[in-house]
Parts: sequence; C-alpha cells; structure tokens
Amino acid sequence: MDHLPTLVAEARDAIHAADGMAALDELRVRYLGKKGEITALLKGLGKLPAEERPAAGERINQAKQALAEELDERRQTLEKAALEARLAAERVDVTLPGRGQPSGGLHPVTRTLERIEGLFTRIGYDVAVGPEIEDDYHNFEALNIPAHHPARGMADTFYFDATRLLRTHTSPVQVRTMKEAEPPIRIVCPGRVYRSDSDLTHTPMFHQVEGLLVDEGVSFADLKGTIEDFLHAFFEREDLSVRFRPSYFPFTEPSAEVDIQCVMCNGDGCRVCSQSGWLEVMGCGMVHPEVFRHSGIDTERYTGFAFGMGAERLAMLRYGVNDLRLFFDNDLRFLKQFA
Amino acid sequence: MKFSEQWLREWVSPALATQALADQITMAGLEVDAIEPVASAFEGVVVAEVVARAPHPDADKLSVCQVDDGSGEPVQVVCGAPNVAEGQKVPFARVGGVLPGDFRIKKAKLRGVESRGMICSASELGLTEEASEGILVLPVQAPVGEDVRDFLALDDHTIEVDLTPNRGDCLSVKGMAREVGVLNRLAVEGPSIAPVPPAHDETFPVRVEDAEGCPRYLGRLIKGVDVTAETPLWMVERLRRGGIRAIDPVVDVTNYVMLELGQPLHAFDRANLQGAVVVRQAREGERLVLLDGQEITLSGGTLIIADERGPLAIAGVMGGEHSGVNAETRDIFLESAHFSPLAVAGQARAYGLHTDASHRFERGVDSTLAREAAERATALLLDITGGEAGPLVEVVDTDRLPGEREVLLRRARLDQALDKVLPAEDVGEILERLGMAVEAGEEGWRARVPSWRFDVAIEEDLIEEVARIHGYNRLPVRRPQARLGLRPDHEARTPLSRLRRQLVARGYFEAVTYSFVAPELQAALLPEAVSPTLANPISSDLSVMRASLFPGLVRALQHNLNRQQSRVRLFETGLVFRGELDSLSQVPMLGALVCGAREPEGWSGGKDKVDFFDLKGDLESLLAMGGEPEAWRFEPGEHAALHPGQCARLLYRGEEAGWIGTLHPAVRARLGLKVDALLFEVRLDALTHGKVPAFQPLSRYPEVRRDLAFLVDADLPVQSLLDTLRAQAGEWLVEARLFDVYQGQGVPEGRKSVALGLTWQHPSRTLNDEEINQLVDAIVEESRLHLGAELRA
Repeated sequence: MDHLPTLVAEARDAIHAADGMAALDELRVRYLGKKGEITALLKGLGKLPAEERPAAGERINQAKQALAEELDERRQTLEKAALEARLAAERVDVTLPGRGQPSGGLHPVTRTLERIEGLFTRIGYDVAVGPEIEDDYHNFEALNIPAHHPARGMADTFYFDATRLLRTHTSPVQVRTMKEAEPPIRIVCPGRVYRSDSDLTHTPMFHQVEGLLVDEGVSFADLKGTIEDFLHAFFEREDLSVRFRPSYFPFTEPSAEVDIQCVMCNGDGCRVCSQSGWLEVMGCGMVHPEVFRHSGIDTERYTGFAFGMGAERLAMLRYGVNDLRLFFDNDLRFLKQFA
Repeated sequence: MKFSEQWLREWVSPALATQALADQITMAGLEVDAIEPVASAFEGVVVAEVVARAPHPDADKLSVCQVDDGSGEPVQVVCGAPNVAEGQKVPFARVGGVLPGDFRIKKAKLRGVESRGMICSASELGLTEEASEGILVLPVQAPVGEDVRDFLALDDHTIEVDLTPNRGDCLSVKGMAREVGVLNRLAVEGPSIAPVPPAHDETFPVRVEDAEGCPRYLGRLIKGVDVTAETPLWMVERLRRGGIRAIDPVVDVTNYVMLELGQPLHAFDRANLQGAVVVRQAREGERLVLLDGQEITLSGGTLIIADERGPLAIAGVMGGEHSGVNAETRDIFLESAHFSPLAVAGQARAYGLHTDASHRFERGVDSTLAREAAERATALLLDITGGEAGPLVEVVDTDRLPGEREVLLRRARLDQALDKVLPAEDVGEILERLGMAVEAGEEGWRARVPSWRFDVAIEEDLIEEVARIHGYNRLPVRRPQARLGLRPDHEARTPLSRLRRQLVARGYFEAVTYSFVAPELQAALLPEAVSPTLANPISSDLSVMRASLFPGLVRALQHNLNRQQSRVRLFETGLVFRGELDSLSQVPMLGALVCGAREPEGWSGGKDKVDFFDLKGDLESLLAMGGEPEAWRFEPGEHAALHPGQCARLLYRGEEAGWIGTLHPAVRARLGLKVDALLFEVRLDALTHGKVPAFQPLSRYPEVRRDLAFLVDADLPVQSLLDTLRAQAGEWLVEARLFDVYQGQGVPEGRKSVALGLTWQHPSRTLNDEEINQLVDAIVEESRLHLGAELRA
C-alpha cells in the first residue's frame, strides 16, 4: 500500500515512454487489467482494517483514474502521430496528370453544322437530308436550271453519266421535301456537296446548309429577319452589320447575297475581306414560282424563302482557320484544336 | 465584264468618285470584282517629236536621236529601239521623270554618247504586260510637250464586274451605262449612229435555213479595205482596258462594237466565200478548222455559218480559219446576227471553247441591236481601213424573234412580298427608268419589257427589280410567325450526335474525308467492291466513290503517321456508295480506326498497343446506346481488308450490319503501313435503332450464384458456350458473366479453360438449391454433348 506512489510514478513513466499502441495495451493490462498491479491493490483492501479501507480505497481509485487518463491521453497522442505519419506517407503529387483515355473531339465542320442546326431547330425547323449522288432533275431541272442554262456553268459539276451527278448544292433536298410535305415547311438541310474545283480556296467537296421556309404570307422581310438573327446568333455579335446585295440564283426571285461586316477587322479592311470591310457569307432569296410548280405547291397561296451557306466558310471565320484544305487533311494537330 | 471607267462616263457620268460608283453598282446586284488603274504610276513623260535620228558611232543597235519635247531646245537621247524614226511622235521621259517600278531617269552616257532622257515603249510605261518590240509610236497629231498621261487619258480605271448569268444585257458599256443611269436618275447618251449610205450595190446572198436558231441575220460587203492599216491608239487602249488585245483593225472594230453595244460581230474574207452564206445546222461529222487553228468535228445540231463548200464558223461562238480576215484581205463580208440563246447554249462548252461572243449569245443579246451594231462597225471600219460599204442585207423571221412581253405586277402581291407599301408613283417611276412602258391600273402595273431585258418575264422579276432599285437594305425586317406545334420525337432512336459524343468521350477525333477515293486504295482494301466512278474526276486519286469508310480512314492514318503522330484514333460518319448506278445504295455508315498505344504516353500507364478488344469495347459502347445490346452479335468472318483471325462480322437482328477487325498484314504491307491498325464500320440505321426502356420490378429475394469452369477446344467461340448455357439456364437467369479465359499450364494442349459466373434470381420467391442444381446439370450436360465441354474440377 505504501508503494502506491512509487507504482504510480513508475507507471506514468512507462506510459510516456510507450511508443506504440501494442506497448500501451500491454501497460493497460499490467496496471489496470484484471490481474494488473493497481487492480491487485484494490483486491488487497480487504486485508486492511475496516476504518482504513475507505481512505485507502479512495487513493487507489484516484491513482487508477489518473493512470487511465494518462493511458487515454497517450493513446490519442500516438494515434494522432500515426495518422500524421500515414498522411505524410500517402501524399501524392496532385499536379501529375490524371490517368485513362483523354477525350477526343468533333470535327470543326460538324461542330459548325450542329451549331447551325441547333439555332434553327430550336425555333421549329426540322433537319432534312438526302442522297449525294443525285439526278439531273433534282439538282438542276426542278430548281429552274434547265439544260444549257448558263447557271449550270456556275457550279462545275461532277458527273457519272449523262443524268447522274454528285449534287452541287443541298438544294435538291428542298425539292424532295416539298414534294413530300405540305406547307408550312421549315427545314434546314446540312450535308456534303461537290464541285469540280480545287485550289487554295476551293476543295472538290465541302459542306452546305440550306434552309427553307414555306408558308402563307412569307415575305422578303421575314427572310431578312431570319438571316440577320442567324448571323448575329452564329457569331454571337448583336452589333454585326449585315447587308443584302441583289444577286441571281435560278431557284429564287428576288435573290440576294448576304455580306457581313468583316469579323476579322471589324470592317476596317484586311486581307481576309480584300480590304472591302465586307465578307460574303451566304446566298438567299424568295423561292422561285417555277420551283414551287415542280413541287406541286400553290404559288398563289404560298410563298417562301430559301438560304444556303458554306459550313467551312463559316467555320473559318468563326475559328480563324486560314486554309480551307486543312478541313480534309484530318491532321490530328488540327483536329485537337477543336476538342 | 471589264470596261474603262472613262468610257462609261462618256455615256453617263454621275457625280460619284470611282469607289462610290463601284459600290453603287455592286449594291444594285452587279458585283464589282476589281477596280484597277489602267496604267502604273509614272511621271515626267511627255509627247515629243523625233526631229533627227543618226546611228550611234560605236554601237550598231543604238541610235542617237534629237527630240523636241516642247522645252525649246532639242534634247539628245540614245535609243535602242529598232523602230525609232525621224518625224515620229513618241512618249519621252525627261531627266527627273519616274517610270513604273520607281525607275528614275538620269543623265547618262551610252557608249560614250550623252543621253538625256528616254523614249519609252508601251511596256516601259506599264501599258502592257507583254514585252514591247519597240517604242510606242503616238499619232502624228499628238501635241508636243503634253503630258502622256493626259494625252492617253491614263488617269482611268478598269472596272471589272462579275455579272450574274441573267444580266447579259450589261455585257457592254451601253448596258452598264443604262444601269448607272437608272440608279442615278440620269439620261444616258452614246455616240450617234447613222446608217452608212451604200457606196456600191453589190450584195452577197444569205440563206437562213434555221430561223429558230437565227431569226435575224444582217450582212454587208465592204470592198477595198486595207487590213494593214493601224488601229487608232484610242481604240487599242479602250480594248486593252476592256481586257481585249488588239489584233488587226477588222477584228478590233468588231470587238470594239461588241464591247460598246453588246452585239458580237464577225467578218469573213469575201474571197473565201463560195456561193452564199448559209445559216444551218451542222451535219454530223462535218469538219472545221477554227480561228485558233484547232480542227474540230461538228456534231449535228450545232448551228453553223456555212457557204456552199462547207462550214465557215460555229454560229455565235467562233469563226473558221479559212474564211477569216488576214493581211491580204481586200473585201469583207460583215455579219451582225441574232442567234437565240438556246441555239448557242452549251455549244461552246461542247467543243471546249468559251469566247466573248458565246458568252454573250448564251446569256442573250438584244434582238433589236444587230442593225445598229452593223452600222456602227461599218462607220468605224471605213474610218480606219477605208473601203466602200454595200447595202445592208437583212434576213429576218419576225415570228421567231423574241416577242414583246407584257408583265403584270399586282399591287397586293408586291406589298405582300416586300412587307411594305411603296408609293405607287415610286413603283411606276422605277419601272419606267428601267425602260419599261408602264400602264398603271386598279390592280397594279402593266409593264412592257424593253428588248434588252430578256430576263424579265414574270411578276416576281418585276418585284425583284422594284426591290433592287429601291434598295434591299431599305426594305423592312421582321421575324417569321409560326404556330407552336410540337413535332414527333422518336425516343427509341439514338441521335447521331450522341453516337459521335460517345466516341469523342472514348478518345476519338472525328475525321471528314473525301467521298471519292483513289481506285487503287479502294481495290487494295475492298477488291470486290463495286461503286460508281466519276466521268470527270478532278484527279485519278479522287475518281471512285467510296464503298466503305475504310479507304478514307486509312488515308487519314497515313497522313498522320507521316507527321509523327503515332497514336491515332479517328472516326467518321457519312454515306458509302455501293453497286452500279442503276442499283445504287447510298448507305450512311459510322467507321473508326485506331492505331498505336492504348493510352497516351504518360507517367503511369502501360505502353501496350491497342488490340481487337479495345476497339470492340468502344464499338460495344455504341451498340449499348440503343438499349438492346442483345440484338447485336459478332461472329468470326472473312473480310479482304482484315486479318482472318481477328475479324468479326457484325449482325443486327440477324442481318449483316458491319465489320470489325485488324487490318490484314498483307494489305498493310501493300499500303506501306508499318504499324498495326484496327478498324470497324457499322450501318448507321442499325446503330441509331433502339428501344424505349421497359421497367422490370426489382426482386426482393436473394440472388444465387454458381461459378462454372469448362475445358473446351481452344478454337471454340465462347459465344457458342454462352448460347448453349443461356438456352438451358431457365428464365430466372439474370446474368452470365465471363470472368476468365485461360490457356497454358494445367490446361491440356489444344484446349482452353472458360470460367463463368451465373446468377439467378426469382422475382417473387427464394430459389432453392435443388432447382439450381438441376439447371446447372442441364447446362453441363448440353455443353458436353454439343460442344465437347468438360467441367473442370
């Protein structure tokens, strides 16, 4: 009983010296376990005279309590140290790149076509597509371009035989749609078109989007509004100047070319716009009555407009691409820039 | 159409600077492509007279000239031109003058003789791009001392207008002037043209056999011309500014009148005409040597000018060499005819020709113009070449000439089309300015179209004219109104955009390759493919339509490998073309190609190459998007482009829908590829097909799993085992998972071990061991019987 203080001091030292959870557990058993030294003292109380027992019991319990607290404190210290050590050991270099398949990307033409389709489908246009090997009728005749019409010289056509050819524009899709559907018709027709022309600014294949709206009471003002809205939305520039220049397409009347203020120089004049400050971006017009007649649409009741644009041209202006041919080389160094 | 601005301004001259005039023309629909100064910048060049010429004492080819440049004292100048002669008026660059190219004239000594200035050639003044043979000789009446720029009116511009095919009426200075007059409300005035009184009465017989093709033909004999006469400088200059080279006075005059009035003309050498001039259709096989020297074989249906011996010219396209005018020609027969556009259209192109005449006749020429043009040309010719004109003979079939047209423009239609009510007087005035005789009425305007506006035939044409002259950009802007009706949307269909994005997420870049490919490449990959061939390809490399996406993808791979890109993952969507033209299908496909490392080079990854199962996994991720992966099957197949041991035919609901595999090593070698590539392509209609999800209740009862390992022949497709197993496993099988395939130690030679985890679950009760055991026994038994599979212990 008299060695209690020594015992407590000795236990304290041992606890402070313990360097791991196992050693700490051992000390708990040694002092506070069922057969532990402090426990043994409690068991020995019975041998003391009855009047001394309460005081002795209290001292032993205090010692026990104190040691239990020391043990707990030491355990927490050790646990904290262990956690810190583990965390330090598990540190990774978070600046290393992640693992796995990095993602690829859409072709800039697809990106552009989807954007154009999106702008129009959101206001109620449908997307229509058609064959690329077309016949003379759909590519020319039905669009008011009879044989030997000088306008046939406007597009150098790839032929397979006397009547079959690669479509020179997506306009045949208009014709096919108008034959099938009743007005109101609102479609955009994206797709590949072909012209036998190959130089710095022409590739024998490129992409067009054609738009068509046929309904009662459609006017030139509707066409202007649609085109202006589209160009503002496409270039995300509400202040972009747009102008309409009279032109000629056999399948529209009146016809117009659409110029925008050069997006490269803001109209000041640069190499891209040949110093004019304007860029020709699309053609449009009111559907020619002859085209309606070929499609069986009543020209007195319905009017409509059509427009067409080159996807590569718009993509070049939008993304600043300076060489048309890059679109078809499929060079990964090019494609990765649009991911 | 190219023309001199000054020439135009002689007809009509609005108070607008050159650029403003060009902008105005452009905005009226006649797009100005270019405005070029007619001569480069130079200064200090005056008209001078060569007063004396003597040979250079020390040089054979040089001469020493004294010129009078109006400064009082004769100036000595050494000249190397062979054509310099006493009495000539010449352009003379004084000392201190600057020629094009910033070439400053200084005092010099040439072989010991002092030279103070330079007598210039046309090319030295930048008037022509061809090298000149000698100095430019100016007309004798040129005033000495006058600045050459002023004398030659070089402060002028060539305006080039890119005319649309409907505006053939503007293919002349007269036509452009008419348009400028309309736009500026100005009167237009050209040179006065009076009939030339005949000086003799000889004519040459003309017979028109095809009045449809040639409703009007005028001709006249002009006798005693001197073709060696010099075309006056002013005419040469106007032609040059119009993009036409001077040749001889007869050709120059016909070209000049064509440029001025828009009427193509032709002159024949009378000495080479036999009997009569006949306008008729060519007989198949007739031959003609053209002015440019090439001999062509005519086809029936071509409108020609002939005499009694045979063809002389293709009407409205090009003359023949034999009947052409040359230096010896004394008498000419001048033709001024109206050929109908349909008779000329397509003819030039059919013979590989394109001439100023055919360009105009194809688009249409004013049918009333021929007489005026003939008179104008005659007068000019007589001035230059001398000679005597005979009477103008006309053969005309008025019934076949384009008739006068009246077009009605309805007020209501115009208002509706433009969404604006233009004052009636404005509309009438615009139409009148355009040369129409207008009758305003209750309904609208009745307009009689002038003979030169053959493009105006229907009401919409008038609407366009009114809108154009009023100004497109002054017309209102509005947004179309529409009913907000919903349209059907097929949820079962997977949109192409989702398929694309799935591949993008799996590391693919989208390619766009040409739809036509090199026949050798296609044959190497698909020796049996049949697809249409272009009749007029841009090059043989791009001459056959692709029957598969493989050729384009392989070519894109080659492009990238040649540029040090060794890890390539590409996909493309688009049509492929299969069959002959008459049985053609144009099939939308999706294809992909991978090559190189599975993952990009990095700090953590393996360096494994992609293999069949990487690509198959990517493809399966697409197949799963339709929600019915069970509709798809892969079976071993044979494809000429693919490795026979690593090639699968893809079936959708039992029908062939695509192929996947490793590029055949032999094909690869033939294409010069040094690395393995794997490809697939699938029909897009199958890929986008799918189903709408149908919910199955979730079972609350436990799953039962049994793992089975079979030994089967090494070449048995695992699919057969899976099929057998599924057939026997009963309706509560919820999953059959393949978790190991092994060959090697512990497995007999020629066999493989296939381990499967089978999971059953009943929707409404707990399955008991006994029923599962029965199913497992049946599976084992069937697999043993049909596939020789033995259960591993």
